[in-house]
Amino acid sequence: MIANFGLFLLALAYFGLLFGIAYYANKQRKAGRSLINNATIYSLSFAVYCTGLTFYGNVGSAATQGFMYLPIYLGPTLMAFLWTGILRKIIRICKLYSITSIADFISSRYGNSSLLGGVVAIVAVVGILPYISLQLKAISSSFQLIVDFPEEFITFSLTFLPFTKVTTFYITTLLIIFVIAFGVRSLDATERHEGLVAAIAFESIIKLVAFISLGLFVVYGIYNGFGDLLKEAKQIPELESLWTLRSKNNSYEEWFFLSLLGMLAILLLPCQFQMAVVENVNESFLDRASWLFPLYLFLINLFVFPIALAGRLHFPNTMDADTFVLGLPIIFKQDFLVWLIFIGGLSAATSMIIVETLALSTMICNSLVVPIIISLPLVKIKEGPALNRILLFIRQGSVVLILFTSYLYFQIASSEASLVSTGLVSFLAIAQFAPSVIGGLYWRSGTRLGALFGLLAGFSIWGYTLLLSQLTQAGLFPQSILQEGLFGIEFLKPSQLFGIETMGPIAQATFWSLFFNTSLYIGISLLSPQRAEDRSQASLFIDVMRYSIDHSHSKLWKGTASTHDLRQLLERFLGKRRTEDSLQIYATRNQFELQENLQADADLVQYTENLLSGTIGSVSARIMVESVVGAEPLKMEEVMNMLDATQQVISYSQQLEEKSQQLLHANEELQKANLRLTELDTLKDDFISMITHELRTPLTSVRAFSEIIYHTPDLERAQREEFLAIVIKETERLTRLINHVLDFEKLDSKKMKWNMEPVEIQSIIENAITTTSQLAKDKNIEMLCNLPDSHPKIFGDHDRLTQVMINLLSNAVKFCPEEGGKIWITLNHLGSKAQVLVRDNGVGIQQEDQEHIFEKFRQVQNPQNKTYSGSGLGLSISKNIIEYHNGRIGVASGSEKGAIFYFTLPLLS
Amino acid sequence: MDTKKIVIVEDDPMIMLSLQFLMKQQGHQSHLAKSGEEALELIKAIHPDLILMDVMLPNRTGVEICAILRDKAEFQHTKIILLTAKDRDTDIQKGMDAGANAYVTKPFSTIELTNTVQKLLAENKIKP
Repeated sequence: MIANFGLFLLALAYFGLLFGIAYYANKQRKAGRSLINNATIYSLSFAVYCTGLTFYGNVGSAATQGFMYLPIYLGPTLMAFLWTGILRKIIRICKLYSITSIADFISSRYGNSSLLGGVVAIVAVVGILPYISLQLKAISSSFQLIVDFPEEFITFSLTFLPFTKVTTFYITTLLIIFVIAFGVRSLDATERHEGLVAAIAFESIIKLVAFISLGLFVVYGIYNGFGDLLKEAKQIPELESLWTLRSKNNSYEEWFFLSLLGMLAILLLPCQFQMAVVENVNESFLDRASWLFPLYLFLINLFVFPIALAGRLHFPNTMDADTFVLGLPIIFKQDFLVWLIFIGGLSAATSMIIVETLALSTMICNSLVVPIIISLPLVKIKEGPALNRILLFIRQGSVVLILFTSYLYFQIASSEASLVSTGLVSFLAIAQFAPSVIGGLYWRSGTRLGALFGLLAGFSIWGYTLLLSQLTQAGLFPQSILQEGLFGIEFLKPSQLFGIETMGPIAQATFWSLFFNTSLYIGISLLSPQRAEDRSQASLFIDVMRYSIDHSHSKLWKGTASTHDLRQLLERFLGKRRTEDSLQIYATRNQFELQENLQADADLVQYTENLLSGTIGSVSARIMVESVVGAEPLKMEEVMNMLDATQQVISYSQQLEEKSQQLLHANEELQKANLRLTELDTLKDDFISMITHELRTPLTSVRAFSEIIYHTPDLERAQREEFLAIVIKETERLTRLINHVLDFEKLDSKKMKWNMEPVEIQSIIENAITTTSQLAKDKNIEMLCNLPDSHPKIFGDHDRLTQVMINLLSNAVKFCPEEGGKIWITLNHLGSKAQVLVRDNGVGIQQEDQEHIFEKFRQVQNPQNKTYSGSGLGLSISKNIIEYHNGRIGVASGSEKGAIFYFTLPLLS
Repeated sequence: MDTKKIVIVEDDPMIMLSLQFLMKQQGHQSHLAKSGEEALELIKAIHPDLILMDVMLPNRTGVEICAILRDKAEFQHTKIILLTAKDRDTDIQKGMDAGANAYVTKPFSTIELTNTVQKLLAENKIKP
């Protein structure tokens, strides 16, 4: 028999070890070697899930209900597959927005609602207290069992001896000290608790080793392996129901809902949230945890059933099956194993208590107390009292409060209810967070009101169906409610609400509470209007994976505050030293000096908010920063509007740029056109000037000679006739000139009338030669014709083509030298075309003139006397006429060799 | 009536003929030039009392020749009448600036022209 005192000393020693490990881990951290920056440690810390409930209760459950203990481990195993999605997203969100508890998470998600945060905190505390108290019960039972065994084992009851009560009280006190020492020593809840996590990981190893040792002892020490144990068990018919999966309270629904409960618990239990999210160092550790933790669950469940069978074989049915784990080594007098199991049970229970208390204290402080404190007018004044000590005190006080309340609950309400069922009651309370958390991660339209009413509905049903029955069993309410339903209405019987009878009380409570919770969450969310802040926060959460891990992305602030203001605010919550350190870090990181009276930039405001979030929760931090900055943070909507506006400006400026490009282009075109116009204008000007000159010249002669004749009556007859001839000739010249101008105008404006018919080219050429022969004779020019015998015909206007030919011939005459001028006229047959060449032996056309010679208003300078003659329209008119006949006109000439003008016309086939 | 030496510079033979006839009618002796170059040589050779000169001449314009002559001391007082088909104000101004004594636009009135010639020659007579 182990001495009572020895047992207590053992517990003390174990605590000493825990303190030592935690202390060592903290020291290592300070030396820069983080123990918990390790995926295996992280995975082991998940095993805080395996509490005293697992350690003692599983066997108890297996011994009475067969495999029904399994679903709440299957659930987490299933969930582990989803971790990379859901849990990673939660971790990212919490790190980004400095969220430190599930209450903070939910209130932040739904528009920074303090009310919602407070409700979540209350639900968590009320839901978890029985669970903590359950752990205390497990510890206490294990003490009592060892002390009293075997005298009372047959009718083991929970009427505690004074010693056990006192021992449990001491242990509670030790736990308070541990949690405060390693969990709540500093105010920043975002700061990881290295020592605490290391101790929890250590405890996870201890409980696994202890339980497997017992399993091995039972299977191979008491029996000769599994086969032997099963053979023995099969001889007892009562036990048969244990290994058939289908039995009473063993329906598929039951399995489904209990698994669901396990899935939600591993995600939402405050202790799991603390370990998996808040204490997470590196997101990627999840990868290892997602297989190592299920493996851990498998190992710790491996020997549950054998131990349960062995217990049933060795103990009477009347004995509480939860005591089998300790009972077996005791009756086999395995002292070391008893000690080991005791320590294992202690570690399982304490790990959960420590982490859960830490998580709840953060929630109570940041989601319940701080929102109330900062709403007090006194606190909003900038130069208010320093709050960091008060806050620390509040948090430590809540640790004390939680643990002592649990202790009291354990003393008063802990009834005959088994470990597992009490545990599941807490699981279900926590599961009420599921719609708002999971919905909040993926469903944009979830609103504050939806979350609030869903949670309240689920929590109410939970309270009615499960908490009430527990409290009633503890004698706080009349038993009639349980047996006959509220007000005697059977429909409202807590264990078979709304007449569901196929499921056990937990499964049906799970179904109804989650059903109403989810329905109200969705329904009210759809009906209630979404505020701007709801939308902005929803977007920040749901789209978190799009943001980088960079904190500066989270929120934007408008408004201004001086660095001094922010420093004051920080000092009140963080204390002088930490404020100084933090600001120093900020200054170093951003490489600038903090000037007290300078305006803080948005980045520093954000940094301040993040620092405060760690201490008083994100919602309260935001309110406090608002009070100093004197402005509201930018709402997502405003940011969106700003982005929209920017987008519009950008696209507008793009349009502008496009337009201005077009304009520039148009301008260039315009300039070109203008230039061309100016050129044309100059040409036209010159042309008009030229035409005027050309018209005035014959006019001058006409007038001069007319006047001479008129004023000189005694003019000799011969002279008079000569002068009159000149007048007539000059008049003809004028007429010709005017006709040219008119022709040109008609051609240019396409008003020319064409008389198209089959024409022989020969006749055109001969006609032109006849017309110009007198001109040629005057200059003694010889005209040489080379026409073929065939008479090629074309389709065209005889008179116009003759005009062209005359023009070319008179040009040639003009350019021929004074002496020995010659003109060659040739008609060639070129395939389907006829070609006419007119060549002279004049000075030819300058190369640079050849390009422009056919342009309108161009004058061909007479190389002999360098005068311009003619209207400057002849060649231009010719070109127009030839092109109208689908022909081509050109000049091929080198200076000194004379000019060769030619045109080709398509032959009539 | 004194016989004066007149130089006529004109590229159109018909106009030239009419001018020659008009000067002869007035009792003056005409000397003819068809181009600017020709005119300059002729003027240097005979030192005319008056020059009747077309503006639109091959090689050199009448305005240019007018300016050249005015640069030389010997032709400071030679009367110059510019004849032109161009009657824009700027063209007239150019001619007057170059030192022409009169500017007659084509087609001209024969009476007006002979009056101008006589008037200018009379001015010459008054001067010593």
